Amino acid sequence: MSVKDCISKICPSATFEEGDILLVNVPAEDWRKLATELKHNPELNFDVLTAVVGMDWKESLGVVYYFTATSRKWEMISVKVAVTDRENPYIYTVSDLWKVANFQEREVYDFFGIKFINHPDMRRFFLRNDWKGYPLRKDYDADPKLNPIPVDDEKNEDDTVSYVEQPDGTIKGIPGKVFKEGDYVVNVGPQHPSTHGVMRFRAAIDGEEVKKVDVVSGYIHRGIEKLCESLGYPQILHFTDRMDYMSAHQNRHCLCMCIEKAMGIVVPERAVVIRTMMDELMRISSHLLSFGCTAMDLGATTAFFYGFREREQILDIFEKTCGARMSMNYNVIGGVIADLHPDFVKDVKALLAIMPERLKEYHKVYSGNIIAKNRMVGVGHLSKEDAINYCITGPSGRGSNWSCDCRKKHPYAAYDRVEFDEVLLDGCDSYSRYMVRMKEIEQSCRILEQLVDRIPEGDIRAQVPKIVKLPAGHWYTQVEASRGTFGVYIESDGGKNPFRVHFQSPCFNLVGVMDLCCRGNMIADLITIGAALDFVIPDIDR
Amino acid sequence: MFDFGIITNWINDLLIGCMPGWAATLIECVIIGVLILLTYTVLALFYILYERKLCAWFQCRLGPMRVGPWGLLQVFADMFKILIKELISLKGTDKFLFKLAPYIIITSSVVMLACLPWGRGLQIIDYNIGIFFILAVSSVGVLGILLAGWSSNNKYTLIGAMRSGAQMISYELSLGLALMSIVVLAGTMNINELVALQEHAWFIFQGWLPAVVAFVIYVIAATAETNRGPFDLPEAEHELTAGYHTEYSGIHFGFFYLAEYLNLFIVSGIASLMFLGGWMPFHIAGWDGFNMVMNWIPGPIWFLAKAFFISYIIIWFKWTFPRVRIDQMLALEWKYMMPFALVNLIVMAVFVALGWTF
Repeated sequence: MSVKDCISKICPSATFEEGDILLVNVPAEDWRKLATELKHNPELNFDVLTAVVGMDWKESLGVVYYFTATSRKWEMISVKVAVTDRENPYIYTVSDLWKVANFQEREVYDFFGIKFINHPDMRRFFLRNDWKGYPLRKDYDADPKLNPIPVDDEKNEDDTVSYVEQPDGTIKGIPGKVFKEGDYVVNVGPQHPSTHGVMRFRAAIDGEEVKKVDVVSGYIHRGIEKLCESLGYPQILHFTDRMDYMSAHQNRHCLCMCIEKAMGIVVPERAVVIRTMMDELMRISSHLLSFGCTAMDLGATTAFFYGFREREQILDIFEKTCGARMSMNYNVIGGVIADLHPDFVKDVKALLAIMPERLKEYHKVYSGNIIAKNRMVGVGHLSKEDAINYCITGPSGRGSNWSCDCRKKHPYAAYDRVEFDEVLLDGCDSYSRYMVRMKEIEQSCRILEQLVDRIPEGDIRAQVPKIVKLPAGHWYTQVEASRGTFGVYIESDGGKNPFRVHFQSPCFNLVGVMDLCCRGNMIADLITIGAALDFVIPDIDR
Repeated sequence: MFDFGIITNWINDLLIGCMPGWAATLIECVIIGVLILLTYTVLALFYILYERKLCAWFQCRLGPMRVGPWGLLQVFADMFKILIKELISLKGTDKFLFKLAPYIIITSSVVMLACLPWGRGLQIIDYNIGIFFILAVSSVGVLGILLAGWSSNNKYTLIGAMRSGAQMISYELSLGLALMSIVVLAGTMNINELVALQEHAWFIFQGWLPAVVAFVIYVIAATAETNRGPFDLPEAEHELTAGYHTEYSGIHFGFFYLAEYLNLFIVSGIASLMFLGGWMPFHIAGWDGFNMVMNWIPGPIWFLAKAFFISYIIIWFKWTFPRVRIDQMLALEWKYMMPFALVNLIVMAVFVALGWTF
């Protein structure tokens, strides 16, 4: 039985829209029933909640969910749930079925004001609790008088609320507390050397042991998704480099691919190979940074410099071709913006020649060190089931032995033409996550070795109309960024500007397991776990 | 070896000859006070540059290069900067204890510095239980750290101070036991006598295996005792920003900083006195020509070179190893090092009793 038949049997009121990914329209009252079946029915078995996109279609508010079935060749499906009540929109939560939805639904609540019934902790995620209005709604009033710049400190709000459905069908907000009375709460961040950016954790500790971690985010949120709605497609490309700046090429690649898919543009072969190579160089550079920062967070400052030494070499390659060392702005719709620098092949070969030797050096100075092993092995346990449930993709997920590499599952660009192994380790701890990154550097080098002499001649860009307009519709594209699966959702009404753009960033999910991983560990482990998960804050605060 | 006692006695005689005894003592005290503070500062400045340069070379960098040739004047610039910085007073701190803490720490390390002999007769405090006295004074420093952490009224500093208390009290045990092994070997606690006994062979050679083991235990414990990496948990900057001295500014912060570097020198100095012969030159029995050459090198240079060498090893640790976690650190001390040091002490006693020493 096909997925479609199965769903219409469970939920006869569902309607279907064909597209690159099947879309199911479900009335809000049937959503909970369908969600349970999607997760538990063996014929559906969608075990990964890939993306949660809050939407405002003007006449209705709602959510578009993207699901993936790992057991069926990563088949994807999307479900659209809409409600018309703009004052008190209620949708059933799925955060108990897919744990990743916990933070995702909080984000949707924050920006669209959709309240999720039975969600345990319905607080805002990015904005201050006293913020008025829901910014991503189309009728949002951005008048600064409504939300003046606060002159007093934000209070530590321990109050939360959970909207619970009563037996008589009404919905009642039950107040709750984040931390228990008498918890000794230590604030880590937002200005802290080891949170890798402006991130804040509130940790309840008992002696040195962490009892609970509450993530407070949004200190550098730039409202990229809102900004995109008032800009043209070529303009929104630039934001992607500024989300996860260590995956700048991959992120931009993803957005370009999504727009190209919508417009039906075929990218020239040369550009495809260049994009692939740039992605892999970016990945190496990101993993080197991650190596250095992990080492430094654990106190091994020298290893940090070793990692940076090679990263500089990659940045030099970027600088020659793209003109910048960070925020390269290299991919454009239809290809890449400029041709490769004449030294590119020579430089990449020089890098590939030294990397094996340098990796050995890293292992000697850091990975094999007994103190480093003691600090990382067995710290921050994340089982494979939890990794899937929390949608922890990328090296962190593969450190829990979850095969989740987008380059293998949905091959894009030139990845179906190159040989490389998906690195999987079954330690489920910080050390495995760290080692996956180190081994992925080897695999990325392998990909580069195969491509460096096979860059085809030809155009670097396809012909693209002067004014880029997408037909009405919606698209979802994924790539494997340095830290996991990065997804782009675009909904267009046929105009020059997108109707809605959503970036599904891997780091957002990574920070969601901080509480799970840190409980029962020590304060020092909180830093280790954060370093090994390797989240980048601008990717969370989009 | 030249006896510096000749010079000090001459100055003493000169002063007593031209003024009453109390005035001479007073003037001597002032001179000694000025000298020791000067030594303290110069050594601390040297150590700051020493560590910065070493760390830079470990990390494929050059280190400070701008101020003066090879950045030699950088530390002076830093010193003047820290002297003119504002002492920020914070709300909610215990003002008296907050200000007292840095002085306790600096006092403890100045007193320890005064106990170290730099050459024959070149020593300020000479007790018959000198080494015992040093260990006792070093424990006072913990009090300053605990006070600093407590009085700052900050969760980070408190955690840092608690860690520090646990760490320093634990590692003092194996530090003391390692030194006791040498005391058993030498049969004295007087530092001068300890050094004099090493004229022909340093204790690390005299004591065979137990002395080498004691030396290794001492270096590890000393690293922990001075709060240096991989045991720099009290100020683990990646967890606790700066640990117990997070809230300090200006010269009060400078005191912690100086004391940390001076403690590094002091533990290295003690290692050099107890294991490597202090200011005694390196002698090989029978090689008279070689021994003569070695004798020409003055005692203070021997002492400093040995101390700097030990410091080099400890700095090397810091810039190579990651930081251990608090439970691992305490487990290392209580489960491995302390029992090992105890057994080593017994082995040393047996060696001495059976006359198996060199």
